[in-house]
Amino acid sequence: MRSLALEDVTKRFPGVLACDRVSLTVRRGEALALVGENGAGKSTLMNILAGLYQPDEGRILVDGEPVHFRTPADAYARGVGMVHQNFMLVPTMTVAENVALGLRSLHRGFKLDLREARRRVKEVSEHHELPVNPDAFVWQLSVGEQQRVEIVKTLCLGARLLILDEPTSALTPQETDDLLSRLKRMASELSIIFISHKLAEVKALSDRVTILRHGAVVFNGATTHHSTGELAALMTGREVVLPRNESSGTQGKPVLEVRALRVRGERGHRALDGLDLTVRAGEIVGLAGVSGNGQRELADALAGLRHVESGSILLDGEEIAGRSPRAIIERGMGYVPEDRHDEGIVPGLSVVENLVLKDFASPRFSRAGLLDLQAMARNAAALRERFDIRCSSTAVAAGTLSGGNIQKVILARELARAPKALVAVYPTRGVDMGAAEFIHEQLLALRAQSAGVLLVSEELEEIMNLSDRIAVIYRGRIVAVVPARDATREQLGLLMAGVAHG
Amino acid sequence: MDRRFRLAYAGAVISTAALAAAATGALVLGAIGASPWATYAVILTGPLKDLFGATEVLVRAVPLILVALGIAISFRSGILNIGAEGQIQIGILASSAVALALPRLPGAVLLPLCLMAGAAGGALWAGIAGVLRARLDVNEILSTVMLNYIAAQLYTFLLRGPMIDPDELMTGSGTPQSMRLPKAAWLSRLVPGTRLHTGLLLALVLAVLVWLLLWRTTLGYRMRAAGAGRKAARYAGIDVKRSVLVAMLFAGAFAGLAGAVEVSGVHHRAIEAISSGYGFSGIVVALFGGLHPAGIVPAAVFFGLLLVGADMTQRSAGVPANMILVLQGVIILAIVSARMYVANPYARERAARALRRLGLLAAPASPGEVSEG
Amino acid sequence: MTAGQMIFDTLSLGVPFSVALLLAALGENFNQRAGVFNLGCDGIMSMGAFLGFLPAYALRTGALAPWSTAAGFALAAVAGAALGLLFALVTVTFRAPQGIAGIGLQMLGWGTAGTLFRHFIGGVTGVEGVAPWPIPGLSRIPYLGGILFDHNPVVYLALLAVPASWLLLYHTPWGLRVRAVGTHPRAADTMGIAVTRVRYQALVLGGAMAGLGGAYLSLCQAKMFADDLVAGRGFIAVALVYFGRWSPWGIFAGALLFSLAQALQLSIQVGGIKFPYEFAVMLPYVLVIVVLALARRSRQLGPTALGKPYDREMRI
Repeated sequence: MRSLALEDVTKRFPGVLACDRVSLTVRRGEALALVGENGAGKSTLMNILAGLYQPDEGRILVDGEPVHFRTPADAYARGVGMVHQNFMLVPTMTVAENVALGLRSLHRGFKLDLREARRRVKEVSEHHELPVNPDAFVWQLSVGEQQRVEIVKTLCLGARLLILDEPTSALTPQETDDLLSRLKRMASELSIIFISHKLAEVKALSDRVTILRHGAVVFNGATTHHSTGELAALMTGREVVLPRNESSGTQGKPVLEVRALRVRGERGHRALDGLDLTVRAGEIVGLAGVSGNGQRELADALAGLRHVESGSILLDGEEIAGRSPRAIIERGMGYVPEDRHDEGIVPGLSVVENLVLKDFASPRFSRAGLLDLQAMARNAAALRERFDIRCSSTAVAAGTLSGGNIQKVILARELARAPKALVAVYPTRGVDMGAAEFIHEQLLALRAQSAGVLLVSEELEEIMNLSDRIAVIYRGRIVAVVPARDATREQLGLLMAGVAHG
Repeated sequence: MDRRFRLAYAGAVISTAALAAAATGALVLGAIGASPWATYAVILTGPLKDLFGATEVLVRAVPLILVALGIAISFRSGILNIGAEGQIQIGILASSAVALALPRLPGAVLLPLCLMAGAAGGALWAGIAGVLRARLDVNEILSTVMLNYIAAQLYTFLLRGPMIDPDELMTGSGTPQSMRLPKAAWLSRLVPGTRLHTGLLLALVLAVLVWLLLWRTTLGYRMRAAGAGRKAARYAGIDVKRSVLVAMLFAGAFAGLAGAVEVSGVHHRAIEAISSGYGFSGIVVALFGGLHPAGIVPAAVFFGLLLVGADMTQRSAGVPANMILVLQGVIILAIVSARMYVANPYARERAARALRRLGLLAAPASPGEVSEG
Repeated sequence: MTAGQMIFDTLSLGVPFSVALLLAALGENFNQRAGVFNLGCDGIMSMGAFLGFLPAYALRTGALAPWSTAAGFALAAVAGAALGLLFALVTVTFRAPQGIAGIGLQMLGWGTAGTLFRHFIGGVTGVEGVAPWPIPGLSRIPYLGGILFDHNPVVYLALLAVPASWLLLYHTPWGLRVRAVGTHPRAADTMGIAVTRVRYQALVLGGAMAGLGGAYLSLCQAKMFADDLVAGRGFIAVALVYFGRWSPWGIFAGALLFSLAQALQLSIQVGGIKFPYEFAVMLPYVLVIVVLALARRSRQLGPTALGKPYDREMRI
């Protein structure tokens, strides 16, 4: 394949225009970066290229010839393969079995013969220096290893154009550098399109960059000619100024104290292994770490949703470890969960009802077991105004709102309760810059009201911008706590990877 | 998305589903040599030809309303109660036992007592499945179905043995039925000369109360949240397991009550085959009524019509009464399919896209709207 | 009757009693491995029981008599496949919730079988059944011979279906696809596997096997048809798949366990032990509940996408 082009591709989803007449070209041996904010349409566009979605309008041209990818198999037949952000690997099968799933030639007979699959895996793995064990079960592999498998798999299935969707989102800075250098080497033989919103990577790897905003192409050019600042401005359409935590502030007494916390994870392993952490009133503590090191288990334990084996959690001096979620909520703990659609709101209930999800039984909204609908409506109207929640009416089902607005509903509900401590897990994941800005402002405002905030995030920039202190979590323990002012990306990266200081 | 298109789409889906259901029924009718038109005509209009028939429709509607109300509570709370059939039978046993054990109590005391016993019996039976689901995560569809079979055996055992009418033993006919209940335990007739009884009023009052329960009380809120967003409800501190169990108890209570009402209002004794499928019909009625009391009442009347009509076709045209099961099954399949299609924005979008390609629908004026699927 | 005799009778009845359950459960295993659970299995078994009985009964005298039973099984399999196809349409294409749709299918199957039976036959009549075919040599082994090797050929075929299912699932490309589709359908989709088509195939196969299981009940076990012939075995089959951890061997063990409970019921009555008939009949159903309650929850090794409809356009 010498070149691949998208011409005027348009794609609509219910209520949203995901791709708006997008055109781009990539040539052999070229690395193209596809850049844009969350929700700009990058993944959708690539899913079309990979044969998963059908464009409403426009076409795909391979070497100038129009092609129609009705299924991913069609795309692979033309040499287009995609590595998704959420890995497309069957966890209960081995690497070879996963590859065999995609090898059409193996599906003709009655006997399943994995030798061909194993052979291809070894061949590709050696050629591109991506060490992979074909007989390992996927669930046994680490995130970085699984990603290698994904790349090898795509190549085994015949990809000459490799599409990578946010490849570094789950990696430490060191793993990221490693991957980028490997990709640079591969780029000489293949073509690469990679999606990213991290401009440093874009500069490091790509030859050319295409920027999307609200589904449309706003820029297309050579990477070397532009600075990251210019690219960022093009991405958002304005000067990017995210709220920063400026004040030194006097922090008060501890509102959240975690001591020697031990918690088991889903598969029975020790997710938290003697974790110590303190959050004071009026401060934001950022929790940095590669996902999978215990963040989720910590947040769940703090909310009372996970069994605590041993250790203690003090909320404003009171022991809450092992208490019910209800009790913890009533003592003043706020929680903005990771999965906003399924954990943060009840999608089938209305916005009004969701805004009182934690308070409906309180005297404010109920009397003798009966709901006070008027009070609930007044509450919803006030919060909608204050938090700028965009919805046609508060009576609609909360699940129909956009991601950013759902997050606003959740924040509104939590902040309106004036919590003593708030745990926010990946609060700006997948929301556009405007909503992210708003969320950051709210967190800083909460801090100003002397609450303590524990911010769990994958974005080092977000953590470094907002936190007073940064705690690094690795394998279920806090390995270091540094003042945000003094922290550097490199230092945090090393800590996140488990490399201790000195 | 254009409002008119949405309505037209919904209408088209529902009509297609209804037609498919009727057609499948017609297929089976054709297989046994009956004319689908004639049969459907008899089913839908036959009962309404005289007063007795019309009141019979309402007589059948009463247990359907009660069962469906319970099912609505449980389905909305996220627990699928398929055990109404067995819960009805346990309710019958409980209320009959109470009535026969305390024949000398005045009606004002005995009747409510019997009805409550029936509800309690049903709740207890449902509670078994509820506890199994709450504590041990046992699939409630399987456990309630098994409990149906167990209840059926228990019912037969008691009616052939300890609870059998002594007269039956004397005359030697051995029909499994209990003694006639004391008049004090009867529900009075609303229309003389028919079987329509005051249970209808009870059912209507309860329909209103269920509406209040689900949408106006904190308990109802908890149950609906547990059903519509289990994880989020847990995160918000709601005791999901308890709410689900309570919903199940309600469902069983309503089914048990339906059984007690049937005995007190219609048959005045516990007999075999008394539940005659109300437990399953109730599920269809609940779904058909959109799991809402306002829809359940008319749906129950409609299905009462179908049930009486099916009996008539058996007598007149020789179409076996099992036919009603066929229709109910096909209606369930049609309803759940249609519902998914109407509610699914992706399906709607695909349909719109196809119509656009055929030139039958204009491209959307504004390409991107603020979202609301 | 001695205890030993009773035990032997129970065990030797247990194997043929398990055939209907085993066939239906092995079929349902394919469904569930592909990610769909079909509670209409019971209704399909009813249809299979009737449509298996019908040709055997109609052709029992006359030129085609030797083929009547085979014709019955064939028709039952086709009917089962057709109902499986209908269920696939509703749950895979229309993406309706599988639990309720299954109940709907069950009512449809049960009602249709009953309606057709009343119309076409309407009474208690019987068929010849299939003659036992003791395996030469093996059937003479004391005790074990009578238990395992002295049955009609359909029993042997059902027993062979266990390793056959295992081979199909784990050693063929189709089986690999089925397992992928039931665990991570999106991954399978991205690798070019038609998730919808694989699910349809699994459901059709599962339906056919459930139909065969039902036909066994009417043609070989009871040698007649009645409304309550299937008596919930379809639901027990669905529970068995879960209990057997989606493995043909585990399912086989479970099927034997339940049939032994049923055989025990018969032995008790024949043996003259005073035990209320109805309570004996209850045994298998109580056993299902007990087993479901005790089974440990680990779903990690099973089809983790079970019960969730797949829509490619669904935004992740």
